[in-house]
Amino acid sequence: MAQKVSIDISRRNGDTGFRGAESCPACKQLLSTEELEANYKVCPHCNYHFRISAAERVAQLADRGTWNEIAASLRSADPLHFFDLRPYPDRLEEAEYDTGLPEAMIAGTCRIHKMDTVLAVMDFGFMGGSMGSVVGEKFWRAVDTAIETRYPLVVVCASGGARMQEGIISLLQMAKTTCAVEILGEAAVPFVSVLTDPTTGGVMASFATLADVVIAEPRSLLCFSGPRVIEQTIKEKLPADFGRAEKNLDHGQIDMIVPRPELKDRLVQVLGMLEGGVACAIEPLWEEEKSSPGRRGAFAEALDRIKALANPSRRSSKR
Amino acid sequence: MTELKRLPTLPGVHLRDEIAKISHRLIELNHDRRLDKAVWDRVELARHPERPYTLDYIHHMFPGFIELRGDRCFADDPAIVGGLAAYMGRTIMVIGHQKGRDLAARTRRNFGMPRPEGYRKAQRLMNLANKFGIPVLTLIDTAGAYPGVAAEERGQAAAISQSLLCMARLDVPTVAVIIGEGGSGGALALALADRVIMLENAIYSVISPESCAAILWKDAEEAHLAAQTLRLTSANLSELGAVDAVLPEPRGGAHRDHAAASSIIKQALEDNLRELEAMHPQARKRQRLEKFRQMGVWSEGGLTLF
Repeated sequence: MAQKVSIDISRRNGDTGFRGAESCPACKQLLSTEELEANYKVCPHCNYHFRISAAERVAQLADRGTWNEIAASLRSADPLHFFDLRPYPDRLEEAEYDTGLPEAMIAGTCRIHKMDTVLAVMDFGFMGGSMGSVVGEKFWRAVDTAIETRYPLVVVCASGGARMQEGIISLLQMAKTTCAVEILGEAAVPFVSVLTDPTTGGVMASFATLADVVIAEPRSLLCFSGPRVIEQTIKEKLPADFGRAEKNLDHGQIDMIVPRPELKDRLVQVLGMLEGGVACAIEPLWEEEKSSPGRRGAFAEALDRIKALANPSRRSSKR
Repeated sequence: MTELKRLPTLPGVHLRDEIAKISHRLIELNHDRRLDKAVWDRVELARHPERPYTLDYIHHMFPGFIELRGDRCFADDPAIVGGLAAYMGRTIMVIGHQKGRDLAARTRRNFGMPRPEGYRKAQRLMNLANKFGIPVLTLIDTAGAYPGVAAEERGQAAAISQSLLCMARLDVPTVAVIIGEGGSGGALALALADRVIMLENAIYSVISPESCAAILWKDAEEAHLAAQTLRLTSANLSELGAVDAVLPEPRGGAHRDHAAASSIIKQALEDNLRELEAMHPQARKRQRLEKFRQMGVWSEGGLTLF
């Protein structure tokens, strides 16, 4: 987790101007933290996407000052009194200490380019982004909020799968989140998932692949069974591109691959079209909005009109 | 220990690792790490080669069974069988994992480990049942969905998630019976049902004890301990609220008497269907979704960080 270390350094040594540096795991280029953060934690030389924390993801996607966390007080219990080499509560405590997060998912409402959205983000740093009771319940509450407000739901996934330490209960979170997706679908609220490196196992085999539109980050590992499990089964070495986003796109498993710097724009385009049910040429409008911060962009206006047409109850929206 | 945790330290000095070490040692000393042999016996019974499989139950329970094959996309997966059966004067859709009895059958059926085609066939059959108001019975018995490159390329994850969504959506009554091994997502894909019932000696788990031991204990030899820790027996699962009912098996286990085991399942099916069919389809679906919503254990008193 080298990137986390550099964040800490930047925080602690903010006065001295030293912000740290790290080398890209793919092309070995040394990158300064400023350079990396300015480029959304993507290597400017080889386009390697560093794994980022849930907080960084929210900061990249949500408009400044619009994030309102929901279900923040949920904490894992230890229903199985699970004890392997260490007790489960110990692992939870350590994960909280390491990530600063209480669980592997944070959820909230926010605006993405001025568009109201329910956003849930998983953090691979917290016990491998594994799904236990709290992740399942947070997902359900995010869905509830999306239905209540009629804001679309965006879930950014990063997970090794179900959390073994909660045994069968974590397996049943796959069923639980699927039921939530069904309820969201009945309400016809748009749901977009963003699959990031890595999304595997029980998360991949439940809500991650049930979204209306599935977006992936470049080179992310997306599969049900991980490469090591398959290698052990077939007793062969797998090619390096096994299960990568590009392969998944070729095999028809995802809708698109979007580089991280373009993700925010692309999300709003997709959500706007899903909500409005209207296809329009929006790229040029985007440019206009980005170039004139502070002023409401033409696209946002257009989007409001589309939304008002699609759902009259929203006309009195609180903007 | 609590005092130790509260001990003030200089900035940058952490006692955390030391505390972890000590508490680990303490728990090791206190924790009852004796193996309960009965748990592993259950695992072996659930995997017993003579244990009745889906087709055995179908043979004993439904004399008129018409197998329907193929997913209409790519192939027919013999690791999942399904079809229409005559049952108490009406029709029922039966879908289940099928392991093989001898080596040839095992190879053909891929040891009961389905590929995406299997889950897509299951969905096709469930949707067919839904169209004609036919109740669905699923019989679960798999080590897990097959981990292979081709299966991944054809969307193993999506096949499972769509199977789950299909079951969440059905208007007809659904009963799932875990008859042997309930292995992870590959088993759950057929188990999102109005009633989830488990045979006494069946197991149902998020991961196989062997894999769990390899990951958490870094030693596959610890599978017995992992099995105990995962709490995968019918008694454990019933206690955790993960299954709705547990069915007793014939003395010595289902493998001793296939016919008796079948009639026990048949009776349970009848009882559950009678209850489920008395409900309005929409109420039944709500109840199903609400049941799975309740799955999970958490506390809600944590500090808010943001």
